[in-house]
Amino acid sequence: MLQAESLACERGGRLLFKSLEFALSPGTLLRVSGPNGAGKTSLLRILCGLAHPAAGRVLWSGEDARGLGEEYTRRLLYLGHLSAIKDDLTPRENLRFALRLAGLEPPRAALDAALERLGLAGRGDVPARYLSQGQKRRAALARLALAQTQPLWILDEPLAALDVNAIDTVIALVSAQLDAGGIVVLTTHQDVAFAQASVLHVVLNG
Amino acid sequence: MLASTASIIARDLRLAFRRKGDVAQVLVFFVIVASLFPLGTGAEPNQLRAMGPGVVWVAALLAALLSLGRLFAADYADGSLEQMLIAAHPLAATVAGKTLAHWLTTGLPLTLLAPLLGVQYDLPAPALGALVASLALGTPVLSLIGAVGAALTLGTRGAAVLLALLVLPLYVPVLVFGAGAVSAALAGLPHGAHLSLLGAFLAFSLVFAPWATCAALRIALD
Repeated sequence: MLQAESLACERGGRLLFKSLEFALSPGTLLRVSGPNGAGKTSLLRILCGLAHPAAGRVLWSGEDARGLGEEYTRRLLYLGHLSAIKDDLTPRENLRFALRLAGLEPPRAALDAALERLGLAGRGDVPARYLSQGQKRRAALARLALAQTQPLWILDEPLAALDVNAIDTVIALVSAQLDAGGIVVLTTHQDVAFAQASVLHVVLNG
Repeated sequence: MLASTASIIARDLRLAFRRKGDVAQVLVFFVIVASLFPLGTGAEPNQLRAMGPGVVWVAALLAALLSLGRLFAADYADGSLEQMLIAAHPLAATVAGKTLAHWLTTGLPLTLLAPLLGVQYDLPAPALGALVASLALGTPVLSLIGAVGAALTLGTRGAAVLLALLVLPLYVPVLVFGAGAVSAALAGLPHGAHLSLLGAFLAFSLVFAPWATCAALRIALD
């Protein structure tokens, strides 16, 4: 259960939003939308605990997420605006390390299956430097295929730079996670539909 | 916690191995700076012996400084650092791992290379021993304090110069007692006290530097 309690965010002296309230129960998708600069990424970073809100709190199961520390962050999968892909490592190494940070240690076969699911079959051993932007994004998104145990996914523009096939894969992964009782928070400019009943919209107006 | 530190070390060593040039740059810089002084001052053996400890130590210090920019900047730029801040294990484990990996790829090779440069300055065997011992104790302090500076200057304009201005004054005690140990050994005096003090600096920075680095990283990414 993720709750926002009268969140406010200030960037460079400008108030982006205030008195933001929502409560997400398991199986709920929160779609954050709004124009560029409205504070979507800032909201996601606040929910992760990376940024401080100007006011308000983020609650996980009724407790302040900031006070919970690793108790909170190890339930969390965050995919930022930056993909956190190292050019000198292969997609498989990148994936393994990203999952290790999240406290997961899947076997090699599972890593390869996840990369294959995102359309990177046979690219697991190529340094990420030689991949295109879209392929790097896919390598970062491969985490989703192995992070079902994380009850909270926070995804910043997961569909940007992806082709139609990859978009379908990501939507399928998010849908499966919601069906399994996960909470997903995402921002996207793409007009995609999620079949789930419990979709919550937050529109930031800047 | 230990396993996560080990995994960070393994990752950073692998990255360093894939970019051998970065590691080599620092070592070549160290060798060149330490070799320029005899060329500039002339090859009078007594003079060389007298200035050898200080020159080798200053060169090691500048080489360590040169490598600090790499410590967090790349991970900051590509988003890896964000992921480390919200990892399943404490940030201190990550910082400890990254600092240790930094020392393994800079401080340790500098320490191993130093006797060769000491020979250039005609340092006798006891002084070379003191040089290696003082660098072995002192370079981890350079990495630990440097990590605080690197974290504080993350994302600022002119980070390299700012980092130097911030960190070099903090390196002074290490330099004084490091070069002092070698000079004492050169003069045939006991140098145990210098090494003990370097050990004390190391113990002190082991406790406080990672904590300060964590705080600085959280501020830098806010």
